Amino acid sequence: MQKHIVVIGAGPAGLESSANLSNLGFRVTLVEKEEVTGGHLNKWHALFPSLASGKHTIEAIVKGLNPGIKIQTATKVTGIEAVNDYFTVSGHNGWQEKADAVVLTTGFQLFDSHRKEEYGYGIYENVITSADLEKQFASGKEFVNRQGKKPERVGFVHCVGSRDEKVNNLHCSKVCCITAVKQAIEVKQMIPEADVFCFYMDLRMFGRHYEELYKQAQEKYNIQFIRGRLSESTEDKDGNIIVKVEDTLLGKPLRIKVGLLVLMAGMEFPPATKALTNMLGLKNVSDGFIQPLDEVLHSNLTEIPGVFIAGTCSGPKSVSDTMADARSAALAVAEYLK
Amino acid sequence: MKLEGKRLIWQEYQKEIADDHYFYARSCIRQTFFPGAEAVFVKIMKDELGKDIHDEQHHTSCTGIGYHADVVPFDTTMTVIARQFALMTEAGYENYAASCVTSFGLYTEVLETWHHFPEKEAQVREFLYKATGREFNKPKNLAHASDIVYKFRHQIAAKAKYKLIDKNTGEPLKVVEHIGCHYSKMFPHKGIGGAEYPYVLSGMIEAWGGEVIDYPERRHCCGFGFRQYIVQANRGFSLSCSKKKFDSMEPYQPDMIITNCPGCPMFLDRWQYALSEMEGKTYGKNNNGIPVFTYEEVAGMIMGYDPWKIGLQLHQVSAEPLLDKIGIPYDPLSKFKGKNGEDLGIPETPNYLKFYAD
Amino acid sequence: MEKKVKNFGYSVTRDRQIDFDANNHDVGKIVALAEPTLHLCISCGTCSATCTASQFTEFSLRQVILLVRRGETKGLLKEVSKCMLCGKCQLVCPRNVSTRNLIIQISRALCNHEVSGSAMLKP
Ligand code: SF4
Ligand code: SF4
Ligand code: SF4
Repeated sequence: MQKHIVVIGAGPAGLESSANLSNLGFRVTLVEKEEVTGGHLNKWHALFPSLASGKHTIEAIVKGLNPGIKIQTATKVTGIEAVNDYFTVSGHNGWQEKADAVVLTTGFQLFDSHRKEEYGYGIYENVITSADLEKQFASGKEFVNRQGKKPERVGFVHCVGSRDEKVNNLHCSKVCCITAVKQAIEVKQMIPEADVFCFYMDLRMFGRHYEELYKQAQEKYNIQFIRGRLSESTEDKDGNIIVKVEDTLLGKPLRIKVGLLVLMAGMEFPPATKALTNMLGLKNVSDGFIQPLDEVLHSNLTEIPGVFIAGTCSGPKSVSDTMADARSAALAVAEYLK
Repeated sequence: MKLEGKRLIWQEYQKEIADDHYFYARSCIRQTFFPGAEAVFVKIMKDELGKDIHDEQHHTSCTGIGYHADVVPFDTTMTVIARQFALMTEAGYENYAASCVTSFGLYTEVLETWHHFPEKEAQVREFLYKATGREFNKPKNLAHASDIVYKFRHQIAAKAKYKLIDKNTGEPLKVVEHIGCHYSKMFPHKGIGGAEYPYVLSGMIEAWGGEVIDYPERRHCCGFGFRQYIVQANRGFSLSCSKKKFDSMEPYQPDMIITNCPGCPMFLDRWQYALSEMEGKTYGKNNNGIPVFTYEEVAGMIMGYDPWKIGLQLHQVSAEPLLDKIGIPYDPLSKFKGKNGEDLGIPETPNYLKFYAD
Repeated sequence: MEKKVKNFGYSVTRDRQIDFDANNHDVGKIVALAEPTLHLCISCGTCSATCTASQFTEFSLRQVILLVRRGETKGLLKEVSKCMLCGKCQLVCPRNVSTRNLIIQISRALCNHEVSGSAMLKP
């Protein structure tokens, strides 16, 4: 009999795993809590480092799906139960399926920047997040700040909600450094006369072509990189944001006024998924993300046979890393069901 | 600025404040800085709100200044504070109301320490018993006096004769609020509104008709900072901290500054004089400064108490322009008269800062 | 007896390298024992950006920590005494360095070193 696999979460990881599993001859059901598939990518205008469109990328992935895959949207998974050699997966709306294996592709949630109270998100109009900025880019509208003015200066704050034990997140979210460089370039493309600044602790340009993009940001766009972590931001009379950091390389505190401040919000493991993993008895590690059976040898396996993981539910990843992880998870499932 | 954003944060930082029966511990320095402030608090609590408040005579300093200046060890501090609690217990009270922000911060620190290290509490009980034969209960409720005024701000507004409104234009006065660092920077959940956007004074200003100003250096310290002021060689930092704040708030043309700490009004007030003498710079219109008040004084002002009875003549930056703006009457001739009507003499006139002697 | 020196119109240039081997690592070791979070600092500068003392003087906690870790302790006691122990830095440090205690321990160790030539002494 054809084996059945339930994939939970229809972001890029879920879509790509499903496509591969289906191609390998399995019956696949892909469950998604939202009305549409695509996850965070739907809201992401352009991807680093190539500036490929988020929407087109999702469309291309969806195009690769076999018609045989059952896509169950608007269904929040509320229960997974291991029964003998199969799993029963059920949703909030009464939906239920039996599965021979389950793939968790539940993804991340964006850090809620309100939690860094001293940064003023939700209070000062011109403090926005990287996700808000993507939305603004995607809208195709003229690039203006909340006073309707073209900002003369734009600042990007790295590591918001990442590498910060004050909000209980020690981990690095991996993609926000390169995203800041990408967004800084996009801002410069829209307002060439603007001055753009990145406030960083370390620039983590780990991927292929990332360093090149960084160099381009310096060479072609004159984006300035200031090594210092934001201590606080406030607002002046005209709605500009006053940023306070230490210019650590010069060893002096620095104050600078920007018309728009973008917080590079990091990735967190969503509490809703935590409920699921608790139900399964999966052990998360200190950073909250799901721990694979072995980080090197079995990165898609969990300590529960038949439960697999792919994408950012097992730690921050770029979209290309997520895609590769999804494909490797499909192979791991095939191996298990052989 | 999005007020809803702040309101969301304010909702998160609320605390319980007792409704009545307070054991009041005064500050060791406020009565020389702004002598009317604490008296106004007691008067409003008793006469206007009909509350039971015990004005304790036998308590001492909490040692806060010595503790923060690193000359009093923590064990000593804890034992002194235990004695204050013993006085409260002996007087039959459970709700401790501290006049001073630093004391409030320190009481909180001590209670938190005992919460996490019960063996410390046991040790301090022993110290206190050996030294004084006293025993104590911990307060059921600990509040700063500004918390209590905040709690009753609407009742005070209902009884007030005046509002923080320009009587000629009907516009709300622009008010800068300055919160003492030890109010909530150490324990954000113990202060109304938290550490980044405290609401305790903003709430009073709103309730009394004024408009709160949020300016870039709002969070900066007033400059007192104990070590900065007490060591003369450091005193320039203290002055410079205040200057940083004045420079930052000046574009908003504030009508007044209101504070909830013993040190802040002192320094924000006196340094305006020092800056005017050093640099010829004044921060208000027509060589006036920006008047600085304690929240109790402001409460007394809107209640219609005689400005000289609540000690406003002891401010270096004159209150008169503001009193005129609100429409609060005062007798210029009795400004420097003592309690019995005796003439106390007129202080030296500053060179730049406008001074109202008659 | 004073040595006779000749003036050549130029002189020997002193080395400005951090001489790690010759430096004083005693202080760093003692401080780390008393306050192990010394080692957690990542030099992000959030403390020094928020610090009131840093706004008006050369003092930078971030730098002080590095100097201690490199053993560059000459003249450091004077630097450290500029701190007002307000604790603002502790509110913002992303690595939960116990900054306030760290400063107390650094000055303690430096004081002992100055008095007795060893940071080991208890106060
Ligand atoms: S990728 Fe960069 S911005 Fe993101 S958490 Fe890591 S260091 Fe910070
Ligand atoms: S405790 Fe010292 S180093 Fe820290 S912020 Fe205050 S003055 Fe600066
Ligand atoms: S804030 Fe913390 S990690 Fe950053 S430089 Fe200061 S002590 Fe080091």
